[in-house]
Amino acid sequence: MNFENQGVIKRLADQYGPENLTVVLGNGEANGVEVFAETVTEGDPSYAGPLAGVALKIPVYHVLEEEVMSQVPESLREEKLQLSSLVIEIETMHQVLEASREKI
Amino acid sequence: MLDSTKPVRIGIEGVSYSLTHVPDLVRFGSKPLRELRAQPALGAELAKRLRDFAAATAYAPHQVYIGNIAPEKLRDLPRPWYEKLIEGATAQGRFGDLVDQAKFYALLAGADQFNLVSFEEKWFQAQAAAHSIGRAPRFKPLSEIQNLCDKGALPLHSADQLVGAFESAHEEDASLAAEVLLENLAGKVSAAHSLRLVLDSLNLNPDDIDFVISCSEEAVGDRYNRGGGNLAKAIAEDAGCGNAAGCDVKAFCAGPMYAMVHGASLIQSGVARKVAVVAGGSLAKLGMKFESHLKNNMPVLEDVLGSFAVILSSAMPNQPCMRLDSAAFHPVRAGAAPQAMAEYLAEKPLARLGMKLTDVDRYAVELHNPEITVPSGSGDVPRTNYLTLAALAVMRGLIEKNEMTDFVRTRGMLGYAPTQGHIPSAIVYLGHALDALRSGTIRNVLFIAKGSLFLGRMTQLSDGCSFLLDRNEL
Amino acid sequence: MFKGKKIIAIGERDGVPGPVIAECLEGAGYEVVFQATECFV
Repeated sequence: MNFENQGVIKRLADQYGPENLTVVLGNGEANGVEVFAETVTEGDPSYAGPLAGVALKIPVYHVLEEEVMSQVPESLREEKLQLSSLVIEIETMHQVLEASREKI
Repeated sequence: MLDSTKPVRIGIEGVSYSLTHVPDLVRFGSKPLRELRAQPALGAELAKRLRDFAAATAYAPHQVYIGNIAPEKLRDLPRPWYEKLIEGATAQGRFGDLVDQAKFYALLAGADQFNLVSFEEKWFQAQAAAHSIGRAPRFKPLSEIQNLCDKGALPLHSADQLVGAFESAHEEDASLAAEVLLENLAGKVSAAHSLRLVLDSLNLNPDDIDFVISCSEEAVGDRYNRGGGNLAKAIAEDAGCGNAAGCDVKAFCAGPMYAMVHGASLIQSGVARKVAVVAGGSLAKLGMKFESHLKNNMPVLEDVLGSFAVILSSAMPNQPCMRLDSAAFHPVRAGAAPQAMAEYLAEKPLARLGMKLTDVDRYAVELHNPEITVPSGSGDVPRTNYLTLAALAVMRGLIEKNEMTDFVRTRGMLGYAPTQGHIPSAIVYLGHALDALRSGTIRNVLFIAKGSLFLGRMTQLSDGCSFLLDRNEL
Repeated sequence: MFKGKKIIAIGERDGVPGPVIAECLEGAGYEVVFQATECFV
């Protein structure tokens, strides 16, 4: 996750309290999702960004996970997410993110 | 508005692509520059993982880029490509070339009109002088070069040897800092080289070109106008196009596609007769993902500047052409959803031509080399883009869901472009597209480029530009 | 689940971009406190 976004998330965690936040991702592939999840739960695994060594423990979802999709109104889902759900293989990402959420 | 029933074709005479191999400039890429300043020890690690010219030449994606291997063949070549080098590979391609670093240094010297770059004479005469064109190089003794570098000039190396220095043009103006000027001059000379190459390959007189459009990724200017631009004019001058005027087109990665549409429009309207659309390489993007390559025991793959030059003119019979009547854009209200982008850049313009998504024989999308992007967690960019088109075809009932992979395989290709931003964005396929259209292997190609405007912090919007190529069957 | 939480949407240009995630989560009744789109290339 780029350093600027890490910095913003850190600031928002200070402002709202990490327990009041949830991150929702839109990655196109599983490649890279695990690192994103780790960055906002345990801290930046590259130890280089603003979230290096900062364990915010914010739960991370992907917008196409059932837990998120089921809450989005049907018309919005169809217009904005349906095509992505055909393109993006959510299963691997769901497993990675669920494991990350369970660790919190 | 164009009459939607009549095809409007602009001829594409030819294209040349160059890869300028600059391993000792990787340290000046945006990411390496920052990381090496923060952790100087990384410099030694980086140096150990730089490829030599032979390895860069024999790298399969590079051979595809310069036209010696068809993109379809890349699928069958053993991987990793950076290990399974191509035997007998040459730096000369069917529509391009690889340029080695010494030659690049010579080009820099020859294009430097402001005394920015100096070289150590003995090294230059031995290694670079054979490629000298333009102005005579500035020579300084090594002690003076070292002195300049100690005072802030950028050191130019040839492997371990310090051979030159690149100075800033102004002590206070950040737009004229050495890093910025090196980036700009590198863009200028790589674009001019590609322009000279394409003019040579087509037996064209440089004087025949009356307009040059540059769509490179740089900001040429000073502190009062940081992006003043018109690098095109400088490129035209360097390539000897004395009758040409020029201007730049900037649209992040979609720049080249817009530049093609603008160039074609100048011809269609009669404002220009022969237009060169050119782009130089992006120094800033060198070594962008170098950390992931080091971590995965790979060579640093982002060690090349990508450039190209296309010549456009009035359509000739049986020539591969740009369908100017197919030019499509992404309006503000369209929104960023992939479906909207695919509708505006593919479905709608095709429909105006009476075509469906499945009437397109080949799509050229974001063609980044996955060997570069996957290790850093950035995924396979072409694949995601192709699947998006396939998914739209499914939603329209044109293909079944289980036919998506087939759609991608037959109408798409593996990415092979270096991560140079504007270069991978569809335009990199033009050379092979012309070949395939000439041979009749395919009837048409839809080129689709995207631009990440949000990176500039002026808008949250994405952007895109597309057009169709076909043959002028008249 | 995450009902009542504030949302940070980090999208990807070629995946699902930030503004799209934000629009969908707002449609679901959430407050989106930040959205961004990353472009990996």
